[in-house]
Amino acid sequence: MKPLDFHWFRFASPATFYPLAGRMIPLFWLLAAVFGVAGLWVSFFVAPTDATQGEGYRIIFVHVPASWMSMFIYIMMATWAGIGLAFNTRLAGMMAQALAPTGALMALLSLWTGALWGKPMWGTWWVWDARLTSELVLLFLYLGFIALQAAIDEPRRADKAGAVLALVGVVNVPIIYFSVKWWNTLHQGASVSLTRAPAMAQAMLWGMLLMALCFWMYSIAMALTRVRAIILEREATHDWTHGLEEVMA
Amino acid sequence: MNWGSFADFLAMGGYAPYVWGSFGFALVAFAAEYVLVRHRWTAIVGNLKRQAIAARLDEEMA
Repeated sequence: MKPLDFHWFRFASPATFYPLAGRMIPLFWLLAAVFGVAGLWVSFFVAPTDATQGEGYRIIFVHVPASWMSMFIYIMMATWAGIGLAFNTRLAGMMAQALAPTGALMALLSLWTGALWGKPMWGTWWVWDARLTSELVLLFLYLGFIALQAAIDEPRRADKAGAVLALVGVVNVPIIYFSVKWWNTLHQGASVSLTRAPAMAQAMLWGMLLMALCFWMYSIAMALTRVRAIILEREATHDWTHGLEEVMA
Repeated sequence: MNWGSFADFLAMGGYAPYVWGSFGFALVAFAAEYVLVRHRWTAIVGNLKRQAIAARLDEEMA
């Protein structure tokens, strides 16, 4: 009997993953566009005006998805970094590196939209409140990860050093998430909870979820596009990169 | 429908700078990230192309 020769580690080879990623990217762009159009439609035309915050609350449709993604991408980045440390696969380190800038952008977007929301509602752009401060620490963790890797010339050593930083920093994610429960913060509590009925109108919730899906699909498309560039950069001396269609053309 | 007119929509009930500042920043940031990453990919592909041409020339000369 012919043994089953398919296994997932095959895709841990950059040469195999590069074309696969290329085929997946258009699909994720399409999903991002569909969720984005639907999400913006609900955000502006379906979701009702808020009773206390008027139209200003609509910032939530960027703020919450960006904040969720900033935490989620960090966990994904640390997971890939951990896999790279444990199994010493080349691709895992590249995935972690590809996720970091998009994660940093989401953290920045979360802080930026938070400031623009805080000014009209709280009367201040910024407070050193537990939620805001821990999110700022997340941005610095991303930037530290990027800077540390950029400072080490040898990619495999850069991966290892970055992985340690990423894994230690994971402790910050639950701190951000639960900060509104653990401390008395100016920031409001969680918008969505699995344990109680949603406190907001259905349409607002849908708008937020659709926008979150859009940001999620965008992040995947972006990380895959970036990992393809990283793969080529790191494997530039390997024969397979010289035989690629885009190189031969 | 929340808006009586297009001007109403743009005004965002008086919160225009905050709401459009948020959505606008997101749009610009995403577009900029896309351009930068595409540029990074084109740069490395161009590099590989030049390497391939150099290798071919080496073979022809030999």
